[in-house]
Amino acid sequence: MSAARVGVVTFPGTLDDQDAARAVHLVGAQAVPLWHADHDLKGVDAVFLPGGFSYGDYLRCGAISRFAPLMDELIPAARAGLPVLGTCNGFQILCEAHLLPGALTRNASLHYVCRDQRVRVEQNDTAWTSAFGQGQEIVLPVKHGEGRYVASADTIAELEATGRVVVRYIGNPNGSMNDIAGITNEAGNVVGLMPHPEHAVEELVGAPSTDGLGFFTSILKKLVNA
Amino acid sequence: MSTDSVKRAQSTPDEPMPFAELGMKQDEYDRVKEILGRRPTGSELAIYSVMWSEHCSYKSSKVHLRQFATKAPKSEALLVGMGENAGVVDIGDGWAATFKIESHNHPSYVEPHQGAATGVGGIVRDIMSMGARPIAVMDALRFGAADAPDTRRVLPGVVEGISHYGNCLGLPNIGGEVVFDPCYIGNPLVNALCVGLLRKDQIKLATAPGPGNKVVLFGASTGPDGIGGASVLASATFEDESHAKRPAVQVGDPFMEKLLIECCLELYAADVVVGIQDLGAAGVSCATTELAAKGTGGMAVDLNLVPLRDPSLRPEEILMSESQERMMAVVRPEDIPAFMAICEKWDVPATVIGEVTDTGRLVMTWDGEVIVDIPPGTAADEGPVYERPYQEPAGQAALNADTPDRLERPADLRATLLRLLGSPNLADKEWVTSQYDRYVRSNTVLAQPADAGVLRVSEVMAGAEPTTRGIALATDGNGRYAKLDPYAGAQLALAEAYRNVAVTGAKPLAVTNCLNFGSPEDPEVMWQFAEAVRGLADACRTLGVPVTGGNVSFYNQTGSAAIHPTPVVGVLGVIDDVARRVPSGFTGEGLRVALLGETREEFGGSEWAHVVHGHLGGLPPQADLEAEQALATVLVEAARGGLLEGSHDLSDGGLAIALAEACLARGVGATVTLNDDPFTGLFSESAARALVAVRPEVFEEFAALCAEHEVPCYGLGVTGGDALVVEGVLEVPVSELRETHTGTLPALFG
Repeated sequence: MSAARVGVVTFPGTLDDQDAARAVHLVGAQAVPLWHADHDLKGVDAVFLPGGFSYGDYLRCGAISRFAPLMDELIPAARAGLPVLGTCNGFQILCEAHLLPGALTRNASLHYVCRDQRVRVEQNDTAWTSAFGQGQEIVLPVKHGEGRYVASADTIAELEATGRVVVRYIGNPNGSMNDIAGITNEAGNVVGLMPHPEHAVEELVGAPSTDGLGFFTSILKKLVNA
Repeated sequence: MSTDSVKRAQSTPDEPMPFAELGMKQDEYDRVKEILGRRPTGSELAIYSVMWSEHCSYKSSKVHLRQFATKAPKSEALLVGMGENAGVVDIGDGWAATFKIESHNHPSYVEPHQGAATGVGGIVRDIMSMGARPIAVMDALRFGAADAPDTRRVLPGVVEGISHYGNCLGLPNIGGEVVFDPCYIGNPLVNALCVGLLRKDQIKLATAPGPGNKVVLFGASTGPDGIGGASVLASATFEDESHAKRPAVQVGDPFMEKLLIECCLELYAADVVVGIQDLGAAGVSCATTELAAKGTGGMAVDLNLVPLRDPSLRPEEILMSESQERMMAVVRPEDIPAFMAICEKWDVPATVIGEVTDTGRLVMTWDGEVIVDIPPGTAADEGPVYERPYQEPAGQAALNADTPDRLERPADLRATLLRLLGSPNLADKEWVTSQYDRYVRSNTVLAQPADAGVLRVSEVMAGAEPTTRGIALATDGNGRYAKLDPYAGAQLALAEAYRNVAVTGAKPLAVTNCLNFGSPEDPEVMWQFAEAVRGLADACRTLGVPVTGGNVSFYNQTGSAAIHPTPVVGVLGVIDDVARRVPSGFTGEGLRVALLGETREEFGGSEWAHVVHGHLGGLPPQADLEAEQALATVLVEAARGGLLEGSHDLSDGGLAIALAEACLARGVGATVTLNDDPFTGLFSESAARALVAVRPEVFEEFAALCAEHEVPCYGLGVTGGDALVVEGVLEVPVSELRETHTGTLPALFG
């Protein structure tokens, strides 16, 4: 059987793409580079939308990216069930593309924040979190200036009622509503996260934690069992 | 309105030119006339005035900086030395590292955010132009007193500028310094360092060889930013055109710079670049004259082809514009289509603006008329050189005689420790560093607050093989030490950066420096400069680490008050197996704690004298370079042998602060015993010392290694518990240390 193929999207200003590709390799899957200007998902089994500043983000984070040629392919595929994980800018893009509800706004502190963040995995029944225990506390780095999750009261209530808050901060770094660090869509295949699992996968480098590996082993398990 | 062409200059030989407004002296202007055999055109004057400015020509510093070459130690690691965009060092396994530090002090005072941001942008392009992928940045910052109102304007802006620009580029910020002193109040120092990686056989140089090769300008379009004096020139030459005062601080676009990085790397990989130069200070003037001077010697440029953001720009302004995110490449004609295709892929505008010639002249045209016709070397390399007079400052002897011996020693050492630990210079800098991305690219092994930043060498490049190597980088500088004795102060700056690299287990290899001083026209400042350069060059020779490049920043003064002389020194080291790096501080319980090196009663320029007594006088600690070298050898060998669990450099605040920081690293306490006078033991700032944590079972082996290299090793105690205990002297819970250490900056800056 050929290895599971996880696409890693690169916009011109994407920054964490090689980090994501490295993490995909580490768990034994194949990372497939996807270019923003191509109408081509290269038949991948899942997609990782990494962090960065896709098109400079001078307008609103992710506001232009959702119109990229690649997104024309990705949006319907995600609606049809393709597993997609967006972290940081990737999460912002998923919200702008309406694959996930709500929006990410300027941190309450008005400062960019880079720190090792304790979070709780609230749902382990998504495509990207099955390797974790329900309620497991883990450490992942956050690094963003616009990570404050906001949505209408109805949306927040619905997310909470339907168990779609996937990851919650323990010690809110940015003023997000309900300490929300990550959410999923109704089907559980699309997940958006502000923290960066790809920076917590090796002892030697990155955050002092390898807790990020679980996101990658989760998707690998799902794809191999599929 | 007519253009000031060469033809016009010949027919109007006596037309007065505004050279003085451009900062040029009469004798310098006379020399330009002598070189050209006529008066310069406005455009030529623009070129000579910026290329012969202090910033570009090093006219006051050159005679001193030569020592970095004449006294340079033999180094097999040095691949490219001074004079290029940045030095390049062999780090093994076919890899090379290139690094440089540069100042952006004055712009950062005028407009802190953009000034600091474009400082990062500029140094990153220097590294790119060597053929390297930039892999990390760090910043050495100096501000006025922490509680001064203007510091509240400058510091947050500078930090935000660095944060915004560096984070958008995707470069981890792995270290640096934040120092406060009233002397920097009107003259903050923003020194930005960048390091890049490349394959050793892929070095690119700033050169334009091969007549017929095309000159390509690519990146951002040219606008009126950073023009400074050129508007004087334009309006003087064209009477009716009243150009509004142009903004003198550049504005950065990090997204364009990120595109440029990826674009350049693809251009290098496709082998379609013959020579390359970034556009920094003096913009097109600098790039064309330097490329031409180092190549075949001639270049023809049509300035009308330069893409403009503001179509009203005159040629003089185009030549002097410091618009950011621009590069200039020399490309073989047959490679132009491939070059353009790569630029298009990355949405980077690129334009052929001229070609290399063998005429020995740099010729530029505007609207069909020749407006520049000069030998490029006369602007690039043959600027004026000054032997500025220098003399020891009148108050120097009195300053040195006013030793800290007269200062009252504290009765309560616990209170003294906490007072120092919470003082702005020693307090936790997380308020600053948490605004920088330290993880991007996933190669960061150690970052602030570690003694040095350490990176794994792991880049995807043609011909690259897997390696276990890593590099370490640190910057240091102590203006108070340098004020007391600039010769020793520069050596101590080098010694500390060298030591900070060594405590991580990396072997120091090479040096970059940023020399921040007052006005070179003040003989007393010039004396400080001459002494500092002499000291640094001598120390580099003794320690066997060559200077690979750097930058001089003069005129850091307000009125007659200059800053403390502040040589900031960056050291790069290499570690064979990066998995063997030594973390900062106490990493576990039950480890033996040892102090390496000799402690003397040295309080001149110390943090204690500064914080407690507001005193600056006497002499700085002795710079014992042989002891530094022996200490570094022990640290590197011990790391290689896996003997160290943690280590930490001793510097500002002495052993007391080093112990506190070592406890704070992982929240592990320690109990230690001091034999001699506890005040000196805890707060003296003697150099060539480090604190280490060693597993008990290998302590004998480690002590033997120290003895072999004649490095004094004093067992102080053991790690463990939740307090720092100095037997019979003081006891502070780690939680109280943390509260004191972390509270200061947030209280000041929100």
